[in-house]
Amino acid sequence: MNFVGKLTWDSIPFDQPIPLMTSIVIILGLGAILAWVTLKGHVPYLWREWITSTDHKRIGVMYCILAFLMLIRGFADAIMMRAQQAVAVGQSQGYLPPEHYNQIFSAHGTIMIFFMAMTFLIGMMNFVLPLQLGVRDVAFPTMNSVSFWLTASAVLLVNVSLVVGEFARTGWLGFPPLSEKAFSPGVGVDYYLVSLQISGIGTLLTGINFVTTILKIRAPGMSYMRMPVFCWTSLAANLLIIASFPVLTATLGLLMLDRYLGFHFFTNDGGGNSMLYVNLIWIWGHPEVYILALPSFGIFSEIFATFSGKPLFGYRSMVYATLAICILSFTVWLHHFFTMGAGADVNAIFGIASMLIAIPTGVKIFNWLFTMYGGRVRFSVPMHWALGFVVTFVTGGMTGVLLASPPINFVVHNSLFLIAHFHHVIIGAVVFGLMAGYNYWFPKAFGFTLDERLGKASFWCWFAGFYLAFLPLYILGLMGATRRMQHYDDPSWQPLMVVALVGAILILAGIVLTGVQLYVSIRTRDRRRDLTGDPWDGRTLEWATLSPPPHFNFAVLPDVHGEEAYWSLKQRALQRGRISDEPEYQPIEMPLNSPTGVICAFFATLCGFAIIWYIWWLAILGLVGAFVIFVWYAWRDEHEHVIPVEEVQRLERERRRIRTELLHTLSQST
Amino acid sequence: MTEQDRQRPDVAPGEPHDSLMSETISYVVGLGFALILTGLSFWVASTPLLWGPGVATGLVVLAIAQMGVHLVFFLHITSGPDNANNVLALAFGVLIVFLVMIGTIWIMGHMNANMGVGADLMNLQMQH
Repeated sequence: MNFVGKLTWDSIPFDQPIPLMTSIVIILGLGAILAWVTLKGHVPYLWREWITSTDHKRIGVMYCILAFLMLIRGFADAIMMRAQQAVAVGQSQGYLPPEHYNQIFSAHGTIMIFFMAMTFLIGMMNFVLPLQLGVRDVAFPTMNSVSFWLTASAVLLVNVSLVVGEFARTGWLGFPPLSEKAFSPGVGVDYYLVSLQISGIGTLLTGINFVTTILKIRAPGMSYMRMPVFCWTSLAANLLIIASFPVLTATLGLLMLDRYLGFHFFTNDGGGNSMLYVNLIWIWGHPEVYILALPSFGIFSEIFATFSGKPLFGYRSMVYATLAICILSFTVWLHHFFTMGAGADVNAIFGIASMLIAIPTGVKIFNWLFTMYGGRVRFSVPMHWALGFVVTFVTGGMTGVLLASPPINFVVHNSLFLIAHFHHVIIGAVVFGLMAGYNYWFPKAFGFTLDERLGKASFWCWFAGFYLAFLPLYILGLMGATRRMQHYDDPSWQPLMVVALVGAILILAGIVLTGVQLYVSIRTRDRRRDLTGDPWDGRTLEWATLSPPPHFNFAVLPDVHGEEAYWSLKQRALQRGRISDEPEYQPIEMPLNSPTGVICAFFATLCGFAIIWYIWWLAILGLVGAFVIFVWYAWRDEHEHVIPVEEVQRLERERRRIRTELLHTLSQST
Repeated sequence: MTEQDRQRPDVAPGEPHDSLMSETISYVVGLGFALILTGLSFWVASTPLLWGPGVATGLVVLAIAQMGVHLVFFLHITSGPDNANNVLALAFGVLIVFLVMIGTIWIMGHMNANMGVGADLMNLQMQH
């Protein structure tokens, strides 16, 4: 009997220096960190306070750390591709062989979308949503932990593919027939499929969790039309997750049946139709674009209002535009495959539907501009990112409207023009949004602000680097350069490719500066403490509590009167000259920590690895283990622990003292 | 409305019941309906009593009835108060499913017609 499936010593890439060296460095680095943590005796602390935590703030922070690591991994792939294309012309084949290059662009897309952008946004939502809604946690705290650890499990599997075996060479969506067993017999596509299935389950659970949280648990008085815009856009994004991720799971599941059990859904023979896969995966893929973009729009809405010192212009139109995008995003998926041959009438309808999305998006842009109009705009780091976003997103959106026109699409599809377009909007909207949100909410999470000067330097490197890296790709695309080229013959393309590499290096400087900013800010944290809990003169409820917030967020759930809950509280306090009367404190019940998530993910990783390598006994063991931990959790006796009233009182009195001081300084200055 | 009615208001099948007994009965009734409908669809598919081309229509009708039973008895969709979220979620789900289904049928139909895979060829492939 075979106990290790397809696994052999040949699976380790001893003959390929680049992945081998990278894996050795990563393994040594991880080993060093683990050894340091163990020797210093930090393991019990990490286990108690982070790994088993069901606190939405802790889970949110862990999501963001994971996303930062994956940003570095995905960016390493990106700069390797740029370097290859800058040299691989004519006689030169560059330094990356084709089969390695193909793995790199597939890994870059998969990692950046699923494990950088999605992970980062879910981290932000985790941290911010309950605070903005004025509640103590999400609806299902342990499920939240399970979601996070399943995402981490998928991240682990994708990165294991670097060391053991290979990754897919099929592009980030794994189109058949290339991804079928006949053309990709290796484990690369299986790594892709299994890790996306695991992270897909995690994301779906997150979607259910957040939709329930927003619909069912809000502070008293927080009606739908009083929710901050970030909550609205998160609600729309999570509805899209619930509606679209099952489609992804089913589509990838059908491809797995083809590969593992010899089915013929998408094969060339046996009545299969690979075009159906393209159709199905984009039914998920287009809403996914808005799952990424909408929360980001929400982050910018908060930032524009806060740093302009004005309520958001057109709050209601913002909500309606968000919901319109939520529905419209399900009516445009064919624009990703205009050239596949559905014909003129189908293309025309989907082209027009795609252009329609520009209308609600335009409404949003004008709302942000009018929010700044007549306001007292403070050009802090988050505002830099927000302004950079408006410029970048409007121009990127225009190339999108170009691409939405089928005749133009026939000319530039599959070219670098398309690559330039979608990086233009995804970097412009999502990455800029994440960086803005990171700078904006960091003081809330850790209790000290990030360095402004280094933050601005990082922004300018990103901003200039982005344009240098991607504007040449528009021109190259029009000159005929296709995407996913390991090598090209036309020497006239090379200068622009070199410019694009310089842009990528500038972006690298931006990423490094973000790291330096974090390092310097931690070193000088005593000088940059956020003692008030409200460093930006905020308008929403997360700024009403301390920085970092206590475990229970709010000692007494805030009573919301009108839009901009915290702003109106502040105004009332200023008018009365004192903060609200001290209420009667109650002991607070909080969910217990639970190792369910991390154990569940442990078994999911085992099971996933086993399926990839055809180790069936281990796959069954993994499934049984995950089921047992689920049953064990379901039969638990204790759900919550109680924070005694004295503790609540002590923390809340401290907050009230700080707030009273703040009020005095504010009323003296006005 | 009498005093007694006010205390024990009429409950729809999906509403939470005040006693375990009536709740169980509601689930059992739902299960019964579901089993009957499943059995009926097997019967419809195999009986010679129905006109051949009408079988598909019959199955669709039974499937929709089955969905209704599941929604009411197991997923607790009712027209009662405090059910707006559930009904809206259902409406959103139905809308998306229709967009996806009708869109896919439309797109794939046109694609097959345009891409030269004639009806004969498709039939040939199906017979493998």
